[in-house]
Amino acid sequence: MNRRNFLQSSAILGGGLLISFTIPETNKITEKVIGRKDSRFEPNAFLSISPDNIITVTLSKAEMGQGIWTTLPLLIAEELDVALDQILVRHGGANKAFNHTVYGIQITGGSTTTWSEFDRYRKAGATARILLVQAAANRSKLTIEQCKTKNGLVTAGTNQYTYGELAADAAALPVPPEVPLRPKTEWKYIGKGARRLDSTAKINGDAKFGMDVQFPGLLTAVVAHSPVFGGKVKSFDASKAKAVPGVIQISQIPTGIAVIAEHFWAAQQGRKALNVTWENETGNQIFTAKQIAQYKKLAATNGLMAQEKGNVINGLAKSEKIISSEYVFPYLAHAAMEPLNCTVELRQNSCEIWTGTQLPAADQAAAAKILNMEPDQVKINVQFLGGGFGRRATPGSDFVSEAVHIAKVSGKLIKMVWTREDDMKAGYYRPFFVHNVKVGLNAQGLPVAWKHNMAGQSIMEAATPVFGAPKSPIDETSVEGVKGSPYLTDLPDQYVGLHNTKEIVPVLWFRSVGHTHTAYVMETMLDELADAAKIDPLEYRRPLLKNHSRHLAALNLVAEKGNWSRSPVKGRYKGFAVNEAFGSYVAIIAEISINNGLVRVHKIDCAIDCGLAVNPDGVKAQCESGIIFGLTMALYGEVTLENGKVQQNNFYDYRIARMNESPEINVFIVESDGKMGGAGECAVPPTAPAIANAIFAATGKRIYNLPTINHKLIEKA
Amino acid sequence: MLTLTINGEQRQFDADPDMPLLWVIRDLLGLTGTKFGCGVAQCGACTIHLNGEAVRSCVTKVSRAIGQQVTTIEGLSKGNSHVLQKAWIEHDVPQCGYCQSGQLMSAAVLLRENPNPTDQDIDNAMSGNICRCGTYPRIRAAIHKAAQLQREGLKS
Repeated sequence: MNRRNFLQSSAILGGGLLISFTIPETNKITEKVIGRKDSRFEPNAFLSISPDNIITVTLSKAEMGQGIWTTLPLLIAEELDVALDQILVRHGGANKAFNHTVYGIQITGGSTTTWSEFDRYRKAGATARILLVQAAANRSKLTIEQCKTKNGLVTAGTNQYTYGELAADAAALPVPPEVPLRPKTEWKYIGKGARRLDSTAKINGDAKFGMDVQFPGLLTAVVAHSPVFGGKVKSFDASKAKAVPGVIQISQIPTGIAVIAEHFWAAQQGRKALNVTWENETGNQIFTAKQIAQYKKLAATNGLMAQEKGNVINGLAKSEKIISSEYVFPYLAHAAMEPLNCTVELRQNSCEIWTGTQLPAADQAAAAKILNMEPDQVKINVQFLGGGFGRRATPGSDFVSEAVHIAKVSGKLIKMVWTREDDMKAGYYRPFFVHNVKVGLNAQGLPVAWKHNMAGQSIMEAATPVFGAPKSPIDETSVEGVKGSPYLTDLPDQYVGLHNTKEIVPVLWFRSVGHTHTAYVMETMLDELADAAKIDPLEYRRPLLKNHSRHLAALNLVAEKGNWSRSPVKGRYKGFAVNEAFGSYVAIIAEISINNGLVRVHKIDCAIDCGLAVNPDGVKAQCESGIIFGLTMALYGEVTLENGKVQQNNFYDYRIARMNESPEINVFIVESDGKMGGAGECAVPPTAPAIANAIFAATGKRIYNLPTINHKLIEKA
Repeated sequence: MLTLTINGEQRQFDADPDMPLLWVIRDLLGLTGTKFGCGVAQCGACTIHLNGEAVRSCVTKVSRAIGQQVTTIEGLSKGNSHVLQKAWIEHDVPQCGYCQSGQLMSAAVLLRENPNPTDQDIDNAMSGNICRCGTYPRIRAAIHKAAQLQREGLKS
């Protein structure tokens, strides 16, 4: 057995039971950072049971809306045999014990939590249960077969014990190397689901996000950043800023000038009064219009080979007809509702950080480096994330590093707060991309040759601090969805190429990553090919997907439930798309109308095959969420640059879909015993192309550059 | 020294009368349920009640609230007993949850003024509140559910 996966039990403070996979490290960190044994006791375990019967599940991941605050405890409850309302939930900190079971680093991302933790959390629950049963058997002088568990109680003959009563005894027992897991037929929670365990805290103001961290003496810092990427402070005049009531200190840090004040309002007023001169504004040559032209030129040539078969030049030459298209995708800002923030308390030999992060260990390492400390001198307290979407998984730890620099330079206990404008303009965008596609068709209108080149910045290159230097020049996150597309599997002649462009604009994964653009290209192109062949878009796809049963399962379910074959009422139009991302297969029918030159989305039907849906209503919620995220991206999403300056500021010029634009959404889950996939991201990619294909049905116009709001749409007569 | 009546309690503090109510509530009075999302009345995360009306506290000067009744999410009900809170839990509305305080405060005014809102009424009342997680379909369903609970409560 892998050492790292070897389950351990140990006594916790006060004689309870702790189930973890490694020796608790956070304990040691806490001791070092706080300077004493921690009375709060953060055990770095997946599960602990105290003598007073408090059952605590600690999350290896961060809750950012996706629902793991409920799903991970559910997995433990299933095996431990407790009711979900008996469980307390909390975030774990930075710790190797919480490393991703596949990626090997500590990260919440890639729609991986449920499937990657499925065994680990169940085993933690099952191991605890076995030990508790053994403890009860020992006390009652019975065999374990004579003991039964139910809802947190062990019945042993005539005796009944709470888990808490048995916790100290259980902790002293040897851990069995293997524990049986409940068979599927006996599942009480898995596949049935549960109400969210974080709802109550989120409807009464109790939930603590990073923004909500408060201590006596905590000051607020805001930072004046360069208006252009790459800019550095040349000089600054803080005299007026210092005069603002409530402003305590002005400090220069590597990324700008920090204004530290008694509260946010004073800090913001102070920043307004600052006078900063910038230099080295290397980014000031970036213009979106120029970038479009450059990237189009690049994508018209062959990039580095990502996938090749046969000879695409010959294949195209032999084909009956060629369809060529060029697609442009803008930079996109994540725009999570909670602007980025981070609280730092620096002590002589330690540092404590409170923030919402998807990469706590990377942030811990980055902070330690800035402070010339060892990582275990830095404690990360993960707060609820007011949205993540990838932005709170910054391999360079941008916002955490900035806050640590402020604390280091100023010597103050600070909460760094970014405004919406700071958040919008600081970068780490979904990369700008251009695709150039040529498809050769045979006499039946089916594809026989496919030439596809893309140009855009590499996300993985920027992720080097966490994932190491890329092993291949082909960034899979740039080409995913084209490379490996089911439509390309059987094509005799094909070439998929990638141009890795370099820009000073920082890029990052954005909910569904490469699929945000590749699915759009593939699925609108398929619609274009079907139209050219005068075949219904679903019927056109079916033979191409004949060896891709899970795509077909999603396609068939949504076609049936969404009544694809029935024509919509007058003035309404339908579009279809299907895509695999993060191991899940999603098919979407969008129903739209055209009003005043713009698209209005009325209804979205969605079918998903994610394998086993551990928490079905959670899967549906994530699909709804992904669909609205995809709708926003399709209709409004665009960050543009002029002279290197980001043109968007706030929600008035970076629009997010609102209630009145929110369509009716119906999500259907395919009964599937396929491999488990993720739910958080997979509904984003097919939404935009389904809408665009419906726009084509309505207008006869193909949208080759998003967002759709830039196009004047006219309904066909 | 300024005095504010917030969630039925008198609180004293020292602040510039121009300071937005949001930052008084959060940074001076320590009530963090009311959220900062945009600072320019675009997202609704900071929605509170001023004499029972939904206002965006990020653009409301504290001077405007002196002598008035301020209610924040913490004061919406005792023991999460508001019909909207019950419906929110039943429909699993929150995801990240950051916008939900503001959503609830907007919905509470809607439901008080209009006990039987249509989808159009919900669009009109709720389109000032952004949810990046896209919980809109569940917010809509929960408002309808809360209206039903309210009617049943009146009957019983």
